[in-house]
Amino acid sequence: MLKVNNIDVFYGNIHALKDVSIEVNESEIVTLIGANGAGKSTLLKTLSGLLKPKSGTISYLSQQINGKQAQAIVKSGISHVPEGRRVFSNMTVEENLELGAYLRKDRDGIKKDIANVYDLFPILGERRKQQSGTLSGGEQQMLAMGRALMAKPKLLLLDEPSMGLAPLIVKQIFEIIQMVNQQGTTVLLVEQNANMALSIADRAYVIETGKIVLSGTAKELQESEQVKAAYLGAL
Amino acid sequence: MEWIQQLVNGISVGSIYALIALGYTMVYGIIKLINFAHGDVFMLGAFIGFFAITRWDVGFLPALIISMVLCAIIGVIIERVAYKRLRSATRIAALITAIGVSFLIEYTMIFFRGPGLETYPEVLPNTSIDVFGVSVSSKSILILIVTIILMILLQFIVHKTKIGKAMRAVSLDADAARLMGINVDNTISATFAIGSALAGAAGVIFGAYYTRIEPLMGVLPGLKAFIAAVLGGIGNIPGAMVGGLVLGVVETVVSAFGFSLWRDAAAFIILILILILKPSGLFGKNTREKV
Ligand SMILES: Nc1ncnc2c1ncn2[C@@H]1O[C@H](COP(=O)(O)OP(=O)(O)OP(=O)(O)O)[C@@H](O)[C@H]1O
Ligand SMILES: [Mg+2]
Repeated sequence: MLKVNNIDVFYGNIHALKDVSIEVNESEIVTLIGANGAGKSTLLKTLSGLLKPKSGTISYLSQQINGKQAQAIVKSGISHVPEGRRVFSNMTVEENLELGAYLRKDRDGIKKDIANVYDLFPILGERRKQQSGTLSGGEQQMLAMGRALMAKPKLLLLDEPSMGLAPLIVKQIFEIIQMVNQQGTTVLLVEQNANMALSIADRAYVIETGKIVLSGTAKELQESEQVKAAYLGAL
Repeated sequence: MEWIQQLVNGISVGSIYALIALGYTMVYGIIKLINFAHGDVFMLGAFIGFFAITRWDVGFLPALIISMVLCAIIGVIIERVAYKRLRSATRIAALITAIGVSFLIEYTMIFFRGPGLETYPEVLPNTSIDVFGVSVSSKSILILIVTIILMILLQFIVHKTKIGKAMRAVSLDADAARLMGINVDNTISATFAIGSALAGAAGVIFGAYYTRIEPLMGVLPGLKAFIAAVLGGIGNIPGAMVGGLVLGVVETVVSAFGFSLWRDAAAFIILILILILKPSGLFGKNTREKV
C-alpha cells in the first residue's frame, strides 16, 4: 500500500533521514520504534507532505506522492495524528471533529461519523461543546485520533499516541488502534513504548539517528537481543 | 443633553476604528504580521467609494459594496505580491516590507492625483432623529447600523462557515491545519480579503461621515486602529471591536472636556498604558494552551 524508497530528508544542513526505505501493506499495523531524535516524526511528516524529501520516492496505492501538497495527500486517504496531539485549542471538540472532515462534502456522512467517534470515545461526546484546550492529555489524544478518523483514512499515521499518558489510558488507546485497524484502516504507528507497540503490531522497523537499522515481524523484534537491550530493557 | 450626542459621535468614530482594527487583528492572528499598509487600504476604499458615487452616480450602499469588493481584491494582491514570499522570513523583514507597501500606496496615489483634498457628496440623510428625547444626527445612527451589520456578518463567517473555521484553525496551528487538508495559502488570502473589505467599508463610511478624504488620510486612523487592536488583544476579533469603540469614545470624551488638542495623544497614552499594564490586551489570553 505504501512504499518508501531510499528517501533523504534535511532540515537545512541537518541530515535527518538517511536513505530510509519502509513498506506498509494493506490492513497491517506497522510500528516504527526508536529513541528521541531518531527521525520518527520526520518520517511521518514527510509521508503527510509537511516535509519534502530531497531524494527518493514515496509511492502510495501505486501513485507517487512525494512532493505533493499535504492537502492532496489527505485527500488520497492518509491521515496523520501528529506528535503532541495538536488539537485546535480554542475550538470545541465538535469543531475539531468537523475540521477533520474538512475535505468531505457529504454532510450526512459527516454527522454520522461524528456520532461514530463519540461511540468510540464516549468521553468526547460528553465534552462536545468544551474547548479542546481544556481537555486532559488523554482526552486530547482521543480527540486527535477521532479528528483524523473523520477524514475516513485508508492509512492512519500515529505519532507517539502513548506520550505522557497513564498506563490505563495507553491500554485503552491501543485497544482502539486495534479496533480501528480491524475495521479496515491500515496503521503506521510511531512509538517509544516499544513493548506496547510490538504487542499489537504485525511488523516493525527500528530507526536510529536517521537510519533504519532493523526490521522484521513484531515477534522477531520482540525476541531480538538488540531490541531487548535497547528498547525493552527497562520495561 | 449634548452628552448623548457626544457619546454617539464617539461610537461613530469608534466603529470606524473598529472596522479597520478587525483587519489588523485578523491578519496578525493568522500570519503574525502587523500589516502597516492596512490604513492605506482604508484610504483606497474611501477613494473608490468617492469615484463610484461621483462618476457612476451610485448611492451609499452600492458604493460601500463596490469599495469592499475592490479592496478585498487589493488586499489579496498585496498579500500575494509582497508578503507571501516572506512567510518564513524574520518578522522584522515582513514588518519593514509592510511599511514599504504603505508608502508605495500613499505616494502612488499622490503621484497620480496629487495630494489634494476631495469632498464627498452628501450621500446620507442628514437630519436629526429624536432618541429618548435627545436629538441625534441620522448619519451617526446609520453608520452605527451598517457597522453592526458588518460585524454580525463577520462573526457569522468566522464561526459558522467552513472558510471561517479554516481561518481559526490556521491561526491556531498552521501545520495541524494542513493535516486536515486545509489549503493554508488560500485561507490566508481569504483573511486578507475579508480584512481589506472591512477597511474599504470603513473608508466609505469615513467619507460619508467626515466628507473630507485625501491620500494620507489612512495614516492616523490606521495607527489608531492598530492601537484599538492592541487594546482589545491583538489577534482577538471581539477585542478589536470593543477596542475600537472604547478608543473612539475616550477620544470624544477628551475633546468634550475641552482638551481637543490632547485627542490624538489620548490614543497613544492608552497604547503605552496597555503595553505596560496588560500587554495581552483587554481580551487577550495570558495562558498558554496545553501541549
Ligand atoms: N524543525 C527542525 N529543524 C531542525 N532540526 C530538526 C527539526 N525537527 C527535527 N529536527 C532534528 O531532526 C532529528 C529528528 O527529529 P524527529 O523529531 O524526527 O525525532 P523523533 O524520532 O520524532 O524524536 P522524538 O521521539 O523525541 O519525538 C533530530 O535530530 C532533531 O533535532
Ligand atoms: Mg517525534
